Amino acid sequence: MLNVLKARWHQGYRTIPYPRAAPSLPDRFRGVPQVRFSLCPDGCRACMDACPTGAVGTDDHGKRRIDLGRCLFCGECSAACPAEAIVFTTDHQLAVRERRDLCLHEGGVLKRAAALEKKMLRLFGRSLKFRQVSAGGCNACEADINVLTTIGFDLGRFGIQIVASPRHADGLLVTGPVTRNMALALQKTYAAVPAPCLVVAVGACAISGGPYAGLPDQNNGVPPAIPVDLYIPGCPPHPITILDGFLRLLNKIA
Amino acid sequence: MDGKPMPDRFLRLHPNAKALLRDVPVLAFDRFRDTFLSQVAAGARVSAYFASPRGADSVRLLAVLSQPVSATLAVFATDVGASFPALTPDCSQAHWFEREIAEQWGVVPQGHPWLKPIRFHASYAPNRDAWQRRPGDPIRPADWDFFRAHGAEVHEVAVGPVHAGVIEPGHFRFQCHGENVLHLEISLGYQHRGVERTLIGGPDARSIHRVETLAGDTTIGHAIAHSMAVEALAGIKVPAKAQILRGIMLELERLANHTGDLGALAGDVGFLPTLSYCGRLRGDFLNMTALLCGSRFGRGMVRPGTVRFDADKERIQRLTEHLDQTMRGVRSAVSLLWETPSVMARFEHTGALTREAAAALGLVGVAARACGLEQDVRTDFPFGVYRFAHVPVSTWDTGDVFARAWVRWMEIQRSYEFIWDNLMALPEDPLPPLPLGAELEPDAIVVSLTEGWRGEICHVALTDAAGRFAHYKVVDPSFHNWFGVAMALRNQQISDFPLCNKSFNLSYCGHDL
Repeated sequence: MLNVLKARWHQGYRTIPYPRAAPSLPDRFRGVPQVRFSLCPDGCRACMDACPTGAVGTDDHGKRRIDLGRCLFCGECSAACPAEAIVFTTDHQLAVRERRDLCLHEGGVLKRAAALEKKMLRLFGRSLKFRQVSAGGCNACEADINVLTTIGFDLGRFGIQIVASPRHADGLLVTGPVTRNMALALQKTYAAVPAPCLVVAVGACAISGGPYAGLPDQNNGVPPAIPVDLYIPGCPPHPITILDGFLRLLNKIA
Repeated sequence: MDGKPMPDRFLRLHPNAKALLRDVPVLAFDRFRDTFLSQVAAGARVSAYFASPRGADSVRLLAVLSQPVSATLAVFATDVGASFPALTPDCSQAHWFEREIAEQWGVVPQGHPWLKPIRFHASYAPNRDAWQRRPGDPIRPADWDFFRAHGAEVHEVAVGPVHAGVIEPGHFRFQCHGENVLHLEISLGYQHRGVERTLIGGPDARSIHRVETLAGDTTIGHAIAHSMAVEALAGIKVPAKAQILRGIMLELERLANHTGDLGALAGDVGFLPTLSYCGRLRGDFLNMTALLCGSRFGRGMVRPGTVRFDADKERIQRLTEHLDQTMRGVRSAVSLLWETPSVMARFEHTGALTREAAAALGLVGVAARACGLEQDVRTDFPFGVYRFAHVPVSTWDTGDVFARAWVRWMEIQRSYEFIWDNLMALPEDPLPPLPLGAELEPDAIVVSLTEGWRGEICHVALTDAAGRFAHYKVVDPSFHNWFGVAMALRNQQISDFPLCNKSFNLSYCGHDL
């Protein structure tokens, strides 16, 4: 017993002060990219060739863009670029409310997630329970969701909790490209959550299929029948990015 | 036949070294079978055993048996048609492999005692299915007969695919008598993304990213295995500094996962101090990985021929300080486990496997070492920096939850020492640039082995005449070990399932790929 107390003393207080203070992230962390395609040399497509998922490409109007919903944040594009047209910053605030907001064009600024509507905030603002469904996730997104419940992040202090049953949940955290063998289970879990159900797509796979986009055994992420309220890009997203998204949704960060 | 057995015939291959495919002997089936069984009886372990397509009516079975005594692999093949006599009745290790062969290529291992799909996907061979399902027939995961126990008061408990915690999906079917588990059958496949087949025709820009996510918590382990396969085929020499950095990353991955597992085991017996501390400490190891490469899971670090991020003196200094501080925390958190009787009472004698069972099932990694089997790829088939820096093998012999926890704790200490020593030995010169444009050897085979934190990772790559991947096989340690979980649950309380399961902590997507 004395040793338990001694260990408690030794371990100290470890909960990070986020969002009161900025998080400490390593210098090599790859967050929101700064995009300046105007610097591209004529005819250069080094970034597009280096990108494993087609995240760097052209949109319907022929304009070059980076789609953070497909991006693995591997930094291969930036490394291949001769002109610093794509530079990854350490800005972790990546979550958005609309799928189209994940596409960054020349000089684009990410439209960070807005808070829920008033009625939803009244329902969930002080207590939000999520059920997590891994649908082909590789256990990296899952692990960094799990980390939020540790003393380092202490998700509970914001009134957010991950629960064991969809019946107890207000929403779903979906990870993975939604494999064919998990499509039905995901649909059933969604149906089991009492309405209104908030849906959060965590990671490139859940948003777009990620590195698996286009393969026959998966679904390119959360299907249209399950509307998504919050997109958190990354491969996997840093836990602080996920937390930031939740807090924006609940109007706890402006 | 004059009754004199023919000598075994196989290609003796070194791991992480290429050979030409034509040098792999293609044996008559009986001789293939005799060689397989006699090598296993002599102590070889099945590292890979799979089929690759060969025209419309036949497949080639390829066996890769690892022989730790000589630090080599026995590789041999045979061609079979629509069916072949199963090896499983004579060799338990073949059980899961033959089910995989049947599911992937529609070839029936006749006499297999429990021939069911393991992943629930359609056959890769057009118009050939081991269970006579027609193309287009719906295939639903776990939709199959389960082994049933009968009798008064026997009941069945079904769990999953969606579990209570934040974990991957899988289905578990228990046959119980009261609280006592008579039998557990594990039905997986929910995570199947079809990765192996997408590597064919590569390597290309996407290959390494799919490899890094084969099992996301083992990004470094799989990325090293894949890179070593490409390097062997292309004749690329990896600079010493890159080798050392790979070793450091691999051990950081082990530290993070082992520490997290010890915390989770404490949580499963309701001992919250260690659960809380280890949850955070695991994150600290992940942050060290991110300090080196920007990603907590090591994404983007290992690439064929090199590592993408260098470490200078100042970064190493920061890493060592962080490492020491974290290790002090781990010592204080983990030592509580061993001195708390309520923890030890739940760890000891729970989910025990015998050494014989572990060997017969071909278990790998922590699960095998916890049964007293001295096997570790880092020692048995040293690769990269492990050829120069030895990591002692940590074993325990009780085979229970305690042994699996204790082996993890011993390995945490060894990994810490390894990282410390190697950080000190890291050359100061910057990493040389990667030589460009290496072509892979055509019509060749390579087997690469690494010791991920769960155990042996085996990648087998076969190239075609153009030097592209013609076939790519991945055997994650979980593939060997899931059956061990089922065996460990026999005659246990069903309430101990989470504890037993966590003591193995296997990958679902690593199995389902």
